[in-house]
Formats: sequence, C-alpha cells, structure tokens
Amino acid sequence: MARVLDFFGGFNLTLRHIARPAVTVSYPQAKRPKQPRQHGRHVLNRYEDGMEKCIGCELCAGVCPADCIYVRGLDNPPDHPVSPGERYGYVYEINYLRCIHCDLCVEACPTQAITESKMFEFSFTNRSDAIYTKKELVVDDAGFPQRLPWEDWREGEAAMTGGWMRATSPAGDARYEGKIQWTADLGAGLRAAEGGQSENRNDEATGSKLLRRAFAKHVLPEDQPLDMVGLRGLINSLKEKRPTPKKKVAK
Amino acid sequence: MNWFASVDPLYAHGTTGIVILIAIIKIVVGFASIMGAVTLMIWFERKAISKMQSRIGPQRWGPFGLLQTLADGIKLFFKEDLIPAEADRFVFKLAPYLSLVPALITFSIVPVGGTLHIAGHTVQLQIANPPMGILVMLAMSGISVYGVMLAGWASGSKYPLISSVRASAQMISYEAALGMTIVTIILATGSLSTHDIVTAQAHGIWHWNLIRLGIVPFVVFLIAITAELNRPPFDVVEAETELVGGFNTEYSSLRFALFYLAEFMNTITMSAILVTLFFGGPAGYVPPIHHFAWIFPILWFLGKTVAFAFSYIWFRAALPRFRYDQLMDLGWKRLIPLSLGWMLIVAGFLVNRWWGLSMIVTVIAGWFVLTRAYSLGADRTSGADSVLPEVGQRPTPSRLYRQRTTKGEK
Repeated sequence: MARVLDFFGGFNLTLRHIARPAVTVSYPQAKRPKQPRQHGRHVLNRYEDGMEKCIGCELCAGVCPADCIYVRGLDNPPDHPVSPGERYGYVYEINYLRCIHCDLCVEACPTQAITESKMFEFSFTNRSDAIYTKKELVVDDAGFPQRLPWEDWREGEAAMTGGWMRATSPAGDARYEGKIQWTADLGAGLRAAEGGQSENRNDEATGSKLLRRAFAKHVLPEDQPLDMVGLRGLINSLKEKRPTPKKKVAK
Repeated sequence: MNWFASVDPLYAHGTTGIVILIAIIKIVVGFASIMGAVTLMIWFERKAISKMQSRIGPQRWGPFGLLQTLADGIKLFFKEDLIPAEADRFVFKLAPYLSLVPALITFSIVPVGGTLHIAGHTVQLQIANPPMGILVMLAMSGISVYGVMLAGWASGSKYPLISSVRASAQMISYEAALGMTIVTIILATGSLSTHDIVTAQAHGIWHWNLIRLGIVPFVVFLIAITAELNRPPFDVVEAETELVGGFNTEYSSLRFALFYLAEFMNTITMSAILVTLFFGGPAGYVPPIHHFAWIFPILWFLGKTVAFAFSYIWFRAALPRFRYDQLMDLGWKRLIPLSLGWMLIVAGFLVNRWWGLSMIVTVIAGWFVLTRAYSLGADRTSGADSVLPEVGQRPTPSRLYRQRTTKGEK
C-alpha cells in the first residue's frame, strides 16, 4: 500500500510547488542575488588618500595560470607619486578572453591592489576590446569600480569587491577567518570580513544572508532564516506586504 | 425523408441553403475554436508545468505570455524548410498532414453543447453526428499512427526510424485496451453515436459512465489514451535522452509546426472524448435563464475538458518516463486483460444477473491463470538456458562454473 501511495507522491509534490514562489527571475530585468564570494571582473583598488595600491611587483602576472595579466612597473615620479611605495604599476592589462576568474592574482597581491567585483556580465565585439587596461580597471574617485557602458552593473555588485580574499586569506587558513588583514580602500574604508566556511560566520555583514532569504522556500528547513519560518514568518511576510504607514507631519 | 435526416435532425426539412449555411458556420466555428484552443493549450501546458517546476515560464509576449505560441508559430513559419537528402520526399511531405487531419476530424464528433433551435431548424452543437460515431475516433487514431510511422520512416535517419517503430508498436498495442473500454461503453449505451452516449448520461452524476460502469474502464481509458497520445509518462517515442527529438527530428519549419499542432490538438480532442465518454460531456446543472441557457452546457463541457487537459500536464510534471518494456508489459499484461475482463462482466450484467455473476467467476479464474502464466514466464531460473536471468541476479562466471562442476559430481 505504501508503494502505491509513494506513486502518487509525485503528484502531491508538483501540486505543492504551484503555490511556491519561482526560483528563476526574468533575467535581464531582474537578477538573482550574487553569491557572497562571486568572482567577477577585476578592479584595481586605491588607498583612502587616492594613491594606487598597485606597486608593479608582477606577482599577479607570475601566478596567473591562464597567463592573462600583463604588468610593467616603473619608478614613482618624485614630484607626483602614483603609489606610496617605490614603484607603481605603469602598465596593467588583463585579457578577459583568457581570464578564468580563479582569483589567484587576488591571493598573490601583497597590497590587496587587485580584487574582484561580482560583475561578470560584460561583452565585447573584438579581441582588442577584451583587454582591459589600467584606464578601465582602476576604481573611480569615489572608490567604486567604473561602470563601463558595455557592462551590466546592478546594486550590490560594486560594493562587495574582493569578498573571496577577505573570507579566506591568508592562504585559506581557518585561524585567520574574520581577522582584518587588509588595508582600507578609497570610499569604502576598512571593509568587513566576508563570511567564511566555519560556523561562526556573520551572515549579516555579507551577501549570503540576502541569498538565503531570496530562496527561503526552497532551501532545507534547517537552513531557513528563523524570522521567515512558522508563525513569525507569516507575520513578517504580512508586514512586508502592508504598505508603510505615512508619518504624520508635526505642525 | 432523405438519408441525412436520419443522421442529423438539421436535415429534417430538406437540404436548403440555410441548412448548408448553418453546417458551414458550424465547421468554421469548430475549426477556429480548436485552433484557438491549441494555442491556449500550448501556453497553458508551458505555464502550468513551469509553475510546477518553480519556474516563471513564458511571459514576454502578451499578457502572461499568452501570445508566446503565436510568436513561436511566426518564428517557425519563417524558418528554413529542410528536407534531408536521404528522405523519401513525397512521404516526408505527406506525413505531417496524416497526423494533423485525423486530429481535426476526431474533434468533429465531440458534442460540445446541447441542442439549439435556429429558424425552425434543430442544430446539434457538434460538427457532425455520424451513425458510426465513436468508431470515427478509433479510425482516426489508427490513421494518425501512419503519420508518425511514415514521418520516421521517410526521414531517412536512424533515430526517427527507431522512434516510429516504437510509436507504431505502442499505439497499436494500447489501441486494443482503448477499443475494449469503448466497447464497454457502447454495450451500456446501445449506440455508437456520441450524441446518444452523451444523452444517456444526461440525467445526473449517477448516470455518468464513470460511475455506471465502475471506475475501472475510466482508469484503463485514461492510461491507454495517454499512451495513445505519446504523452508523458509514455513518451518513449520522443524520449529526448535516447532518440534526439523522436520521429520529427528531421522536420523543421511549418512541417514541424504541423506535428506540434497535431500533438496538442490530439491532447485537447482526447480530453474532450474522455469527457464525452465518461463524464457526460456537456451534462451539468443548467440554471433556468431564458435565451442563454444553451451557454451552460458548453461551459460545463469546457470546464471538464480543461480539467483533463490539466491532468495530462500534471502527469507530465509528476511521472518519470516508462521504460519501453515496462510500457509493453503494462499494455499487454495489465490493461488488455483488465479491460477485456471488465467488458465481459459488464456484458454479462446487461443480459441478466446470473450471466454477470458467472462472468465475474470466469474473470477471476482467468486472472489466476494469467497470474500463474506471468510468474512462470518471469521465472528465469526454471526456463531454457538461453533466457537470461534478470539484471542484478545474473550469476557471476565463477558461480556458474561452480554450478557446472557440482552438477557434474552429482
């Protein structure tokens, strides 16, 4: 008898799924939240005083398994130095036809000059456009990655650059998880640590909380956020649906 | 009184101009509505199955993506029409029509509503009410096998050929069970005409063939018709994982669209036939409203048909595909004996009670004999050596060697 009932389990499951929200989104208009440590397009960071972090050491070019980075260093001009050190990255090019977004360059960088944003949606129509130079890679004066016209930037993709580096460095050692080992960035200041893989990760500070909320109905019951489960979840969801009451302006 | 009048009361006063006009209007409206229904059905299937799989589904064209089918049709229309070099050109071109035309003709015998009185003429709300009635549906499903079979054969390609061989075997074997359940209904109704079958069920839910004949014929019919339509879980014909795209792999452009159209048209038509045969067709509560009471039977019919169209979609979402041998087992070893036995029981009770009871005894005895025969046939250990044991129970070579040697010692 149980076998017969099992046969109808599929019917039950498919019917229950009708009531659930869709996992997919209408893509070009809406995007799913990115993973907290998504590997996207690189950025070259700057210090809070506007100086470039890159010192032209070529470690990133050396470690790159796809051989897509080309760096040439040059001595800083004494009257208007580009970086606080002795040398700076005079030429910095990344060929995105070759890049595999492994983030080894991010790990190799001694000054956290190169990190990765979460944005991977960019395209080009010829090979030379695939090579990003310093002009495109260096962050703008506000400290954010440049939003180039052929790239598809959304909210949150620029804010969380280099999450992978800040979650696992140095060398993925769990003892260093959550410890700030990096310098402050222009605009963003000293960035918080990203969620690592251990139990005591801080979901609030990272993107993973966002992600888990988005798919709350589809993740395992024990992984669902507590404020979305049961009666409390029902009340919260009703609260979200209710239009926010207008505050009365005091005369 | 001409011959037509005995078939359809529309021709009772002779075949005048207005009668021909009414007939033409019926055909045009029927054709247009089935075409519209197909586009809606394709949209409905895609949308419903996407909801069941937690997807969004078509949404770009028209409100809720309603015009998606139209967009697909336009796209297919402008695609290149390709005929493979190895193809039998004439048969290749003929095959799509052999599957589309039967699908269209089958719908013509479905009563979609009650009876209307227009200008002194009695108009039945069905395109045709031929005296052979439901046999038209059996004949047409027989012809549509040719559509699939010839399409696969004429493509001059391996996978379509395998697919068409599967299709013809599957459709022919399930047609037997299908025919047997229809015979049960014909016996109970005493008429082949779909109009008579519907009117026999019109007096309430207890008169529906679903309940009057016991649930078994309905279940057999539902399974057999799903197999006949080559719909999941019986879609071994179009098993993408095994056969690329099935019998229509080599088809493109409009010819492919015709196959696609025929498939969904068949789904709708078979839902309608199912409703006609088991659920009283347009039977249902009609509120006493003047001049508009004729709408309600149509609404009842539509509601029931949509419910069954949904059930096919539900099957597709819920059930995994049958293996080919399982499919044949189900058809020949389960459904055909079951429908045959049930037909005997119903026929017996139609004569008198004692015949019915004796038929029950006969069927139970036959069931025991068949079960024993199946178990003997399935027992691979006592059969000839050439029969391989079941997968997973095959003896290892070392065990076989041990068996041989111990046998020799004895």
